[in-house]
Amino acid sequence: MDQQTKDLINNEITNNEVCLFMKGTPDAPQCGFSMAVSNMLKILEVNYKGINVLENQSLREGIKEFSEWPTIPQIYVKGEFIGGCDIVKEMYENGELKKIFKAQNIDHKKD
Amino acid sequence: MAMDLKEIEALIKEGLPDAVIEIQDLAGDGNHYSATVTSSKFSGKSKIEQHKMVYNSLKGKMGNELHALAIKTKE
Repeated sequence: MDQQTKDLINNEITNNEVCLFMKGTPDAPQCGFSMAVSNMLKILEVNYKGINVLENQSLREGIKEFSEWPTIPQIYVKGEFIGGCDIVKEMYENGELKKIFKAQNIDHKKD
Repeated sequence: MAMDLKEIEALIKEGLPDAVIEIQDLAGDGNHYSATVTSSKFSGKSKIEQHKMVYNSLKGKMGNELHALAIKTKE
């Protein structure tokens, strides 16, 4: 991964409390897994930044190396890698995702 | 760019010998799978670490030959 890509990733995860590296955009996801995670965040009314890896080939490969995670989407909360689609889905269903947002003081839909 | 179900199962089994593995071909296209992996090796590990162990057993095929594999891990 080149330094520019690394800096880009670091900037995004530092400057945005919730970052979703995804295929497509929150309004027009290009992959079912990216859409699924994007929708969960929308349902929880979390303000997040969607970063379209399809627009940047070095980011698309770089984020996999950065997170040591082979698939996209990937979600970061306050700079910490939370997981991909399967983990986020599981955490959404068992309430852990909400707990993270609560613990990190991130605005989200209350019960 | 497709992988056989048995091949996926064999790779996971090689990486996690005690694992009980259930794989489903979700779309019947040899390209979208779902796997439930149960192993004692997951004990005490975070979900991220558990999924990484499964990815590691697939030796870089995930995200390449293997487009979609939904993973569920159980201890």
